[in-house]
Amino acid sequence: MNTFKRLRHFYLPDRKLFFASIVFLIMMTSLTMAYPIVLQYAIDEVVIASNASLLPYLAVGFVLLTVLKAIATYLHQYCGDMFGIRSVYRLRQSLYEKLQYLPFRFYDNAKTGDLMSRLTADVEAFRFFLSFGFAQVMNLFLIVVLSFTVMMVYSYQLALVSLISMPFLAVVVYRFDKKVHPGFKRIRESFADMTTKVQENVSGMSTVKSLSQEGMEKDRFSRRNDDYKEKSLYNAGLWAVFFPVMELIGNICVVLLLGFGGYLVMTGQLQIGQLAASFSLMWYIVSPLMNLGFIINTFSQSKAAGERLLEVLDEEETDIRKGELFLDRLKGDVEFEHVSHIYQGEASNALQDISFHAPPGSTIGLIGAAGSGKTTITQLTAGFYHAAEGDIFLDGQPISRYSLADLRSNIGFVLQESFLFSSTIRDNIAYGRPDASMDDVVEAAKRAQAHTFIMDLEHGYETVLGERGMGLSGGQKQRLAIARAIVMDPAVLVLDDATSAVDMETEQRIQAAFGEVMKGRTTFIIAHRISSLKHADQILVLEKGSIVEQGTHEELLDHASMYRRIHDIQFRDQYQVMQRQG
Amino acid sequence: MKRIEGSGQDRASTGRFHYPQDRVVDKAFNWSQLKRLFSYMKPYGRTLLPLAAAAMLIGTIVRLAAPVLIGYAIDQAISPGNRDLLLWVVVVLTGMYGLQWVSNVYRIRWINRMGQYIIFDLRRDLFNHIQTLSHRFFDQRSAGSILVRVTNDVHSLQELFTNGVINLMMDIIMLVGIVSILFVISPELTTAVMIVLPVMFYISTNLRRRIRRSWQVVRLRQSTMNAHLNESIQGMRVTQAYHQEQENMRYFGDLNMDTYDAWEQATRKSAKFRPVVELSNAVGTAVLIWYGIHLIGNGTLSIGNFVTFATFLGMFWEPISRLGQIYNQLLMAMASSERIFEYLDESPSVPEKKDAVSIGTMKGDVRFEQVSFQYDAVKYALQDLDLHIRPGETFAFVGHTGSGKTTIVNLISRFYDPTAGTVLIDGQDLRDVTLDSLRSQVSVVLQDTFIFSGTIMDNIRFGNPEADDEEVKEAAFQVGADRFIRELRDGYETEVEERGNVLSVGERQLISFARALLADPRILILDEATASIDTETEQIIQQALQRLLKDRTAVMIAHRLSTIREADRIMVLKEGRVLEEGSHDELIRQHGEYNRLVKAQFQHSHVG
Ligand SMILES: Nc1ncnc2c1ncn2[C@@H]1O[C@H](COP(=O)(O)OP(=O)(O)OP(=O)(O)O)[C@@H](O)[C@H]1O
Ligand SMILES: Nc1ncnc2c1ncn2[C@@H]1O[C@H](COP(=O)(O)OP(=O)(O)OP(=O)(O)O)[C@@H](O)[C@H]1O
Ligand SMILES: [Mg+2]
Ligand SMILES: [Mg+2]
Repeated sequence: MNTFKRLRHFYLPDRKLFFASIVFLIMMTSLTMAYPIVLQYAIDEVVIASNASLLPYLAVGFVLLTVLKAIATYLHQYCGDMFGIRSVYRLRQSLYEKLQYLPFRFYDNAKTGDLMSRLTADVEAFRFFLSFGFAQVMNLFLIVVLSFTVMMVYSYQLALVSLISMPFLAVVVYRFDKKVHPGFKRIRESFADMTTKVQENVSGMSTVKSLSQEGMEKDRFSRRNDDYKEKSLYNAGLWAVFFPVMELIGNICVVLLLGFGGYLVMTGQLQIGQLAASFSLMWYIVSPLMNLGFIINTFSQSKAAGERLLEVLDEEETDIRKGELFLDRLKGDVEFEHVSHIYQGEASNALQDISFHAPPGSTIGLIGAAGSGKTTITQLTAGFYHAAEGDIFLDGQPISRYSLADLRSNIGFVLQESFLFSSTIRDNIAYGRPDASMDDVVEAAKRAQAHTFIMDLEHGYETVLGERGMGLSGGQKQRLAIARAIVMDPAVLVLDDATSAVDMETEQRIQAAFGEVMKGRTTFIIAHRISSLKHADQILVLEKGSIVEQGTHEELLDHASMYRRIHDIQFRDQYQVMQRQG
Repeated sequence: MKRIEGSGQDRASTGRFHYPQDRVVDKAFNWSQLKRLFSYMKPYGRTLLPLAAAAMLIGTIVRLAAPVLIGYAIDQAISPGNRDLLLWVVVVLTGMYGLQWVSNVYRIRWINRMGQYIIFDLRRDLFNHIQTLSHRFFDQRSAGSILVRVTNDVHSLQELFTNGVINLMMDIIMLVGIVSILFVISPELTTAVMIVLPVMFYISTNLRRRIRRSWQVVRLRQSTMNAHLNESIQGMRVTQAYHQEQENMRYFGDLNMDTYDAWEQATRKSAKFRPVVELSNAVGTAVLIWYGIHLIGNGTLSIGNFVTFATFLGMFWEPISRLGQIYNQLLMAMASSERIFEYLDESPSVPEKKDAVSIGTMKGDVRFEQVSFQYDAVKYALQDLDLHIRPGETFAFVGHTGSGKTTIVNLISRFYDPTAGTVLIDGQDLRDVTLDSLRSQVSVVLQDTFIFSGTIMDNIRFGNPEADDEEVKEAAFQVGADRFIRELRDGYETEVEERGNVLSVGERQLISFARALLADPRILILDEATASIDTETEQIIQQALQRLLKDRTAVMIAHRLSTIREADRIMVLKEGRVLEEGSHDELIRQHGEYNRLVKAQFQHSHVG
């Protein structure tokens, strides 16, 4: 029950709908009894008493009753459905909001498919219970109590007979719920597992196809598909054991009623009419019992789903508004003091005692082997992770004193992997500043050397890109990502390997255009090509998380350094080419 | 109320994201589709289905017989005070309920087994079919929408194939039984009462068309919402880096609202179904009372028969109204199965011919003859391209971004077929050979790396599932990945999640490089495979490649001069056409485009 209690603020606001749904359900149930009454009346009053003049009233009255019932039925279903739909609307909003504020740390290990299955299938299971299950539980309870009360009036002995079944029923229901609940939890996990597999398969389809591993993927999926089937069948097995038992208990009550009631009638302690009435009441108690299993099923299932939703809602989010300093615009002075960093759960430090100072408007080049910590330095600056040790200062203040929202509005980040959204090119470029004017967008695109190819497209800036920028070449995507950062007009610009897929000539043009862009901004350039960063005011050469060399291009070339080695490999032909050029 | 017509999104359509939209198909109730759906029951038509049906039949008979028996007991045993008979009835009734209990156990077991097997089959077929589809299919759809069809759409059929089917059978049996009994009692009265059926049928047909349509709209909107969810999870880093959380929430709020609206509309319509059915029942009953009493007056009908008739008529409406529910369920299932079959009916855009042959062990001779290619109807990505890569050669493509380099790779692996011209390997048109024999010998290190969830070991082994641990480590060693893998928490057994977020981008690229090498291809294609890798590691790789590439064909795409310099021949592309071709030295001497590209790299060091 705790799960439902904790999720209550999603459905409590709509409790009116819920109660309405129950009221109409009760109305519906009671109107159902109109049929036998009308029939009995028709026989007793019209046929036997041959009072044919009553006939039209009777027929019309019956139709009217049914119209009432039809309205009740409609309203019951509508209110119940809306109760679920509205609650789930709120729930989705909260889940989505949660996702927006979960830290990078969460996404490092998140499975998209698993999250998707929570946001779709688990939400749906929860809705289903709210829409149907909840009202049914109430209805069941009401009917049983009412019938029981009436039965007490007829014959307390018979009422007690039917009471005998209750403890048995309670035990069965309790044990069923206890077993079926973990079963549902496993089913939902298995379903999420399967979703994850499909998600991964579809996202990595190019890789699968290029290595011709469709067969292996089929096997892998088949295993999960099978696992889901087995888990579901396990629960179906439980249901096959317990559900008939519940029905049997109800039926045994009927038999007891017949035997014991018959005995009472024979010994003259009960009227035969009362016995007959007790039977119909008994049916009212017994037939919902057949539904009981179903209700417990949906209940357990939605409880399991609710738990999985709570897991997401309970994740610790980052408060991006929290900060002591009000910040409008940074000057862009970045300083690292003995910063070390280790990623959660990793064995070794990603950064080791990093210190450097970037005055406002300067350009910092970062170069080093794969995994040497370049990206980590920039991510710490933008507050995506918290440095484990040491201090990072922005404009002389530790970054923890700024709110993340302010910080990020001041830092333009071109991530190493250019991710674009299913949206128009214009909206993609203006992603960080949705109110940017078209001129700003075009200007940024020109600077990133993207304007020409955009204009070549049929719809220009209004071209809609597919997921992950489908429809563009690697270098085109990167240039859009650069333009996106420029539009932000940030104080600190981070170019994380942002031109790796761009050819040398285009890169050079970007750089030329950047000369202007970078004025007044602190820029971090991460690159593997010397030509990309040789103009930096300061170049940091990283190795295994430490700065091993530091200086300008010329300074670093001056002595036998790692930088020099890289330079020599890349510039082997310079002499030859330039020579010929004359 | 009318705004739901047409499937356009109301609020979100003007939002910041755009997702490909399916259309609402307005076909009549599609019987062939239903038949196709139920054909999935066929494999169980001789085993589980009849067993479950038999168990169901026993249960139903007991349920119908029990009231009769109890009525008998009241009249014959209790009223006259016949204790022995009462005892007998109690014993028989207990026995009957016992029988029902057993039959219920098996009914539930068997029917669920069948349902789960069918769902399993359907999902397997769908997933396996998707594996055969080509790049174009995936270009046009978002991962989220594909995902939801395999998981949630199939899931929504589960209820139909378990309880739906058995209830349908139960109700139909009951209906047939009841109608026959009614006819036996009084044919005239039955005919009179049944007159309401066509009316009911007409109303509900009209209604159900609209119900079905509104469920389709719900599904479409959910699908859009899921596509967005999926994308937004994957792009969350960008969203946070650009501080767009609020904006996105606004967009999602619209999507969510659209879905909510569609649900509300659908609910409004579906909730009408049952009341309409019940109203027709009431009319039927009114007819019964009126006409029945008239018949009694005539003396054509006895009171006893009238009562029995009325009782059974009451029982008649119950399954009918339950059938209405099943019908609703069926309509929702149809909306889902339509979406499932749409994928199953999709044929690959690069089909394998029926008489396709294995290409055999490749020599690695690649030839393009007058190849043109268009991704869309407007622009040529490649135009009249002639190309010959000789066996064992290392061939490099250079050119501006967007000049068609990756497109050439896509054609060699036959991810697409050329719009005009032919692509041949070892003299065989790629359209004539089996895809598996082709792709298992051509290995591409893609521009976008993809890491699967699992261990590093498994990820590299993905290139060749038969490889043992030593071979995997050897491949990693060759590309210089061994060094960093050993330093990871659990070395090669370190678990990573999809996309390998805990690795640096360069590390991911090294892993996918090792994966391609392990596949031991005849043709190795490197599409900017070292773009995120540092120069020194790249040198290690190049030395290794020189050894490994002996008598294999290699195709390289790179922007870094140090990467392409060693190629035997280089082709310079511009806007989908060939500009120049030759060795590094030749091209440098030509003072053409290549020379310019190369110089771009050095220029600044002279000027600045
Ligand atoms: N899936 C696609 N759908 C539509 N157009 C595409 C698709 N992929 C590429 N294109 C277009 O085809 C042209 C050639 O693209 P291609 O990917 O071959 O370029 P590339 O030479 O590999 O560039 P880069 O160096 O940037 O990777 C580009 O103009 C691009 O926009
Ligand atoms: N999110 C993360 N969780 C755990 N470990 C990480 C994470 N991101 C990076 N690492 C590890 O930290 C180290 C530094 O990674 P970083 O991304 O900073 O490298 P990099 O210098 O940017 O490399 P590349 O040139 O390949 O992009 C690597 O060993 C990497 O495996
Ligand atoms: Mg990096
Ligand atoms: Mg490319």
